[in-house]
Amino acid sequence: MNALESAAAAPVPLIGGDKSPARVTRDVASPLEGRPTSLWWVGFLVAFAALAAGVASVAYQIKVGIGTWGLNRTVGWGFDITNFVFWVGIGHAGTLISAVLLLLRQRWRTSINRSAEAMTIFAVICAGIFPLIHMGRPWLAYWVFPYPNTRGSLWVNFRSALLWDVFAIGTYFTISLVFWYLGMIPDLATLRDRAKGIRRAVFRFLSLGWNGSARTWSRYELTCVLLAGLATPLVVSVHSVVSTDFATSIVPGWHTTVFPPYFVIGAIFSGFAMVLTLMLVARKTMRFEDYITKRHVLAMCKVLVFTGSIVGLAYATELFTAWYSGNPYEKFVFANRAFGPFAWAYWLMVACNVAVPQLLWIPRVRDSLLAVFVVSILVNVGMWFERFVIIVTSLHRDFLPSSWSGYVPTWVELGALVGSFGLFFTCFFLFCRFLPMIAMFEVKAVIAEEKGPHGAAHGDRRAA
Amino acid sequence: MSRRIHVGFFENPHDLLSAARECRERGVAILDARTPFPIHGIDDVIGIPRSRLGFVCCAFGAAGLFLGLLLQHWTSAVDWPINVGGKPFDSLPAFVPVGFEIMILLAGLGTAGAFLVRSRLRPGRKEPINLERVTDDRFALVVEEKDAALPGEEYALLWRRHGAVDAFVERIES
Repeated sequence: MNALESAAAAPVPLIGGDKSPARVTRDVASPLEGRPTSLWWVGFLVAFAALAAGVASVAYQIKVGIGTWGLNRTVGWGFDITNFVFWVGIGHAGTLISAVLLLLRQRWRTSINRSAEAMTIFAVICAGIFPLIHMGRPWLAYWVFPYPNTRGSLWVNFRSALLWDVFAIGTYFTISLVFWYLGMIPDLATLRDRAKGIRRAVFRFLSLGWNGSARTWSRYELTCVLLAGLATPLVVSVHSVVSTDFATSIVPGWHTTVFPPYFVIGAIFSGFAMVLTLMLVARKTMRFEDYITKRHVLAMCKVLVFTGSIVGLAYATELFTAWYSGNPYEKFVFANRAFGPFAWAYWLMVACNVAVPQLLWIPRVRDSLLAVFVVSILVNVGMWFERFVIIVTSLHRDFLPSSWSGYVPTWVELGALVGSFGLFFTCFFLFCRFLPMIAMFEVKAVIAEEKGPHGAAHGDRRAA
Repeated sequence: MSRRIHVGFFENPHDLLSAARECRERGVAILDARTPFPIHGIDDVIGIPRSRLGFVCCAFGAAGLFLGLLLQHWTSAVDWPINVGGKPFDSLPAFVPVGFEIMILLAGLGTAGAFLVRSRLRPGRKEPINLERVTDDRFALVVEEKDAALPGEEYALLWRRHGAVDAFVERIES
């Protein structure tokens, strides 16, 4: 990491433009107080149209049944579970940025943690929809909970990885929501004190009477550290549990012990790519260039190179294990992945996830925001295909050649995928519009810390 | 009997801390500080005891783990044991993930709830004294007048010595 380290050591300030606390409040809060820009309307309407398309296809699917999907007896999981794993993974970067980087005292997180946490929540909502609609009869979804019922009581099967998922995703969503909301209370109070009329009433309700008392701050900081300490093992557990949906089966290509760490690192990789995509867009459209600086982009590029390399190692480990195990079924699955009918998807995945992030070693690439943006998009594409490859190529040619089949998604499945992106971005645009996108109090604290006791900026301390 | 409350407003945390230190040395009762962001080292200066929320978190976590494992044990092995693929009814290793998740869930909700209750944060809470701009860019120190420590007219001088930009006195009936 030498090249990256030396570039990061250059004295680039974390927050540009020598800002006073009042200026931070104004910069973050004033976009919420005026009318939305036309750029916002364009983005919101495009996202909302995608959401509407998704709602239409899912409504059709619920009415007619999951026979409207391209699934068959051999390929029982396709787009639905691919999208589920993809969206859960996207969420992980938000928790990582807000919890793990808080525990590691990484100050660069303060400009992006709020929106990354929002991203987590929206991504988990998108993820949760897919298993729900895959049930075919989503109005019976409450059956997955262990509640006393008139059938015995017939309890849920706690030995099933699918049930572990219910608890893991449910806990993850709840804790992420609590963490996000708690983290926003001081900023909601700031908005309350600026607002008038109905907005003031809403923010007064939401800010719970926050008054900036030192006693409250003291407890607040401890609460955040405790929640971060809980969220850190939680985030590792969530994608590990998701991976056990596959790893506890006996399907060749799924039944491997490398899956939990492989899924967790892949989740962090894809999540950081999504954070980069969103932050680069937000910094341009919301005029946050001074808050989301090159330092932030560079730090996230480092994470991408690091996690992308581990993902590459995981791919290599899978291939090695398939060969070294001597298991003919395992060997066949991996040969089929690389050279079978879905070889295009496999090599697209390898190209996007292993080769493309390595371009960030080149200073000219990581200095160009456009190039970083393209890399982040390609990683997102690659990580979606990783889940597709894992799921579909392991299933479509199973033990009996007589039952081999292909898989082609129908328009209903494509509609649900488009709709999930629509839901995600609709939520994100609403969030940008109504809630403070940048943690004002944390940015103010970082600026005060960088300025030191006499109000003068210390160039050497900024670089540390 | 009425109490006289003095409030000094500062532009940065360092001025507030130096004023608070002088108050402490002179024996003036510091009621609170109101700041736009947490100030490190303020707890010792104005005498905030260490929070015990860590124990709350721990207790809720332990309860969650216990209840989670108990739920799984009771439903899977006691109330209606069902043979699933020949696995033992009381399959503890398979109960670890759900036990862990319930532990985290209760610990997180318990800690957040305890924080809100202890800090008396709730919708519709009323403020006895309105301090302007403390959620934006001002740092306020709230002290109670004690003639023995510092007579009433001295507070304005104290604030000014430490670079206060604003100050006021409020009489509260109690």
